[in-house]
Amino acid sequence: MRQKAAAAPYILWMIIFILVPLALVVMYAVTTPDGQFTISYISQVGEYAPVLVRSVWLAFVATVICLVLAFPLAFIISRRSSNSQRTMIMLVMLPMWMNFLLCTYAWMTILEKNGLINRFLANFGIGPLEMINTQGAVVLGMVYNYLPFMLLPIYSVMTKISNSVIEAAQDLGANWVGVLGKVLIPLSIPGISTGVIMVFVPSVSTFVISRMLGGGGNLLIGDLIDLQFLGNAYNPNLGAAISLVLMVLILLCMSITNQFGGEDMEGVIK
Amino acid sequence: MKWLSKTYVGLLTAFLYAPILVLIVFSFNQSKTRGAWTGFSTRWYEKLFTNEIILQSLGNTLIVAVISSIFATIIGTMAAIGISKMKRFSRNMMMNVTYLPIINPEIVTGVSLMLLFVYAKQKLGIGVEFGFITLVLAHITFNLPYVILNVMPKLRQLDSHIYEAAQDLGCDRMQAFFKVVIPEIMPGIVAGFLMAFTYSLDDFIISYFVSGATSQTLPVTIFSMTRRRVSPEINALSTIIFLVVLSVLLIVNIYEGRKERQMAKLKVRERR
Amino acid sequence: MKKLLSLVLFVLACLYLAAPVFAQVEVDDPEYYTKFQGQNRSINVHNWGDYISDGSDEGMDVIKEFEELTGIKVNYTTFATNEELYARLKGGGALYDVVIPSDYMIARMINEGMLEKLNYENIPNAHYTMESFLNAQYDPTNEYSLPFMWGTVGIIYNTEVVDEEDLGSWDLLWNEKYMGEILMFNNPRDAFAIALNRLGYPMNPENKEQIREAAEDLKDQKLLVQAYVMDEIFDKMIGNEAAIAPYYAGDYLLILEDNPNIGFFTPETGTNRFVDAMVIPKGAKEKECAEMFLNFMMEPEVALANMEYIAYSTPNQGTYDLLDEETKENEVLYPSQELLDKTEFFVELPTELNLYMDQMWTEILSTDEQYSKWLIPIVMILAIVASITINLLRAYRKRKEKDYLQTMDQLRKQL
Repeated sequence: MRQKAAAAPYILWMIIFILVPLALVVMYAVTTPDGQFTISYISQVGEYAPVLVRSVWLAFVATVICLVLAFPLAFIISRRSSNSQRTMIMLVMLPMWMNFLLCTYAWMTILEKNGLINRFLANFGIGPLEMINTQGAVVLGMVYNYLPFMLLPIYSVMTKISNSVIEAAQDLGANWVGVLGKVLIPLSIPGISTGVIMVFVPSVSTFVISRMLGGGGNLLIGDLIDLQFLGNAYNPNLGAAISLVLMVLILLCMSITNQFGGEDMEGVIK
Repeated sequence: MKWLSKTYVGLLTAFLYAPILVLIVFSFNQSKTRGAWTGFSTRWYEKLFTNEIILQSLGNTLIVAVISSIFATIIGTMAAIGISKMKRFSRNMMMNVTYLPIINPEIVTGVSLMLLFVYAKQKLGIGVEFGFITLVLAHITFNLPYVILNVMPKLRQLDSHIYEAAQDLGCDRMQAFFKVVIPEIMPGIVAGFLMAFTYSLDDFIISYFVSGATSQTLPVTIFSMTRRRVSPEINALSTIIFLVVLSVLLIVNIYEGRKERQMAKLKVRERR
Repeated sequence: MKKLLSLVLFVLACLYLAAPVFAQVEVDDPEYYTKFQGQNRSINVHNWGDYISDGSDEGMDVIKEFEELTGIKVNYTTFATNEELYARLKGGGALYDVVIPSDYMIARMINEGMLEKLNYENIPNAHYTMESFLNAQYDPTNEYSLPFMWGTVGIIYNTEVVDEEDLGSWDLLWNEKYMGEILMFNNPRDAFAIALNRLGYPMNPENKEQIREAAEDLKDQKLLVQAYVMDEIFDKMIGNEAAIAPYYAGDYLLILEDNPNIGFFTPETGTNRFVDAMVIPKGAKEKECAEMFLNFMMEPEVALANMEYIAYSTPNQGTYDLLDEETKENEVLYPSQELLDKTEFFVELPTELNLYMDQMWTEILSTDEQYSKWLIPIVMILAIVASITINLLRAYRKRKEKDYLQTMDQLRKQL
């Protein structure tokens, strides 16, 4: 009995700093500044449909690219000796320690019209390519920043797949497509679904990457929320309404991904 | 096949490290402008140590990270112990709430905390000045889940008989708890603490919404710089941070490798 | 021996004078600044990014000097737009002692009761304010603000890219020839002012219709615009990333230092003239210290250091008198009266127009294709339906599996 009470401070904390603030978001979203009930803010969010669609679309593309890039890498790493596994995971983790704003800023230097890539290409008479201030640049920024979040969960699931399972499948006549489709992918579904969430959620709600790499003309939901709270269009009620829609959107996406596998968020930690 | 996988790993590594390389190279650049290389110089490293704004926000970041991760570790460990003793239903409920801040977009967490502090001040008259205190409160909030998620598995592995055995051997409850249970789950606590510390150091979005007049953390300062030009002192600072992290990770890596080899040797000996 | 000693002393004295660490500002009344010495006070100052002399480039480190002189600690943070500052103050969370907004924002803050009245007894240097900046539109009674810098908006362009015949008017920003080379203000007031002036309307719109028309123009312009930026234009113009950008006159001089191929002109139809002034927000905890800071900023020498660092024009008579003739005659910083007559100050807009402008601005930034208003609800409903379907399918599959197992069981039993 006494041990159960140890959770009391935590419960109190979560009520004050998680549940109450979320309730406040809902409250702000459905009231006018003088406290009247209204749904006009929620319906106003509909006007920003292009922004929502663009955010979801870009985040989706970034998630797919992350998945395609991370899956083989996770497999390659998980087949190495434990010593080299550790080194390679360290190699992947290290960039996560760098401030993501600075890394994104460095990408500006690389992608610009007179940036490093274009200067390099100019030596061969190619270009200049238009890379910065495009949606492609925004996707690249997302992939760069969130790739490790896809890699780590998949990797942690894959280390549990023993080589003998793969060999058994091969012995039973499966070619590599079969091994991939019937063994590897189904077994790593929990990691994949965690990874998808861990990449999709921050991508869909980012507001810095789009501003730095997208040139300010490609607003995303995150930018829109920032504009309402600390930006040019001061309107916390509308901002709360957009946040609410974003939250619901993400919970829906989550419940869909959860249909496919692990509900216990495999590999969130580690 | 082997070379294919090697090139693949190589390419991805290049992708991950390209911007970091740019950062490091340009920290040695003579000129202030980004992009143009005008010659080698270490003057940004010298200037870094006189730049008060950067040093101050670095200090803020460290203090906030230390305080918030210590608090989060204490509250989180207690919570994990409490939750593990709960019935299945309430345990699931608690875990769902615990996942909430992880799954919720950071911007929503940041905005909701900002609303909370504003609301508390305007409507309830509980004046929390935006700055140091709000930063610490917010950081504890988003750190807690990581501590709990790291400690919970250790508690699950814990053999409940050990606790009883300790009591049979004459420990009272508290002694049994501190001498037996805590050391058993220590690895989880340490992992949780480290993770909370890292996330706290790195957080930008939530800090951006709750920081105020008196203290800015380093990421918030960097953000305000990216809107004009990031002064090369920041590049110098991040080069130093990079080297520190690299060496810490290397040491840990070597240490773990050695431990593993020793374990392997032990096993071989046992078999003999 | 005596000679040697005096020589050593002389050398030491020279070193003392030469060492920049010991540089002291000359202030009018040193006594005044000692009031809070040793009391461990601190003030929170919120200013535009890069808008104070910080000691780089051999200039004065204004904040450090102030701290050393008065013993008051300064917490210094920065913002990027007037609207961001307004949001931070309005949120009520952050308490600042000194902020430096622009004219129209000051008017708005005065109207909404967000500012403290200044106590001029604590600001003896207030008399340095140029006469033409007294009783300004935004603060008719001079009760709330002290001007810090002023300037005009013009177009900064790259002389190697832009042809001479295209210069002269705002139309350059709509010139299809320079598609992808154009940068645009990332804040509604400045951007709309340009579009309004180009259409022949006043820069402070009078009705929604004018705003709507301007918004249409800005939407057309979006195709040509490379990026919507504020201070990022420094890097972009210096690095030849873009060729045309409307910005503040003084910043042109700074960019020119790093890139010689940069030109500047003020459109013939007139432009915006702005004043950034120091104010003390309501709720400031250290009002007297804040006033001391204001007074320090009004010291001619300090204002000169700031002016040299920022390169904007000074509204401080004492500083102006210290300038050399060349600077005084610089048309970019101190334009002719004829040009000044064509400039407009921003004034506070009625709330309704302000809201409408913000809304149109967000719309400009967010649209490229039109979607139906119902799209979001429909997508959400579809998602819910998909989620339910998958759940049902799963349950169905489970039941089938169970059935199958049961049949197998029965079969086994029968066997």
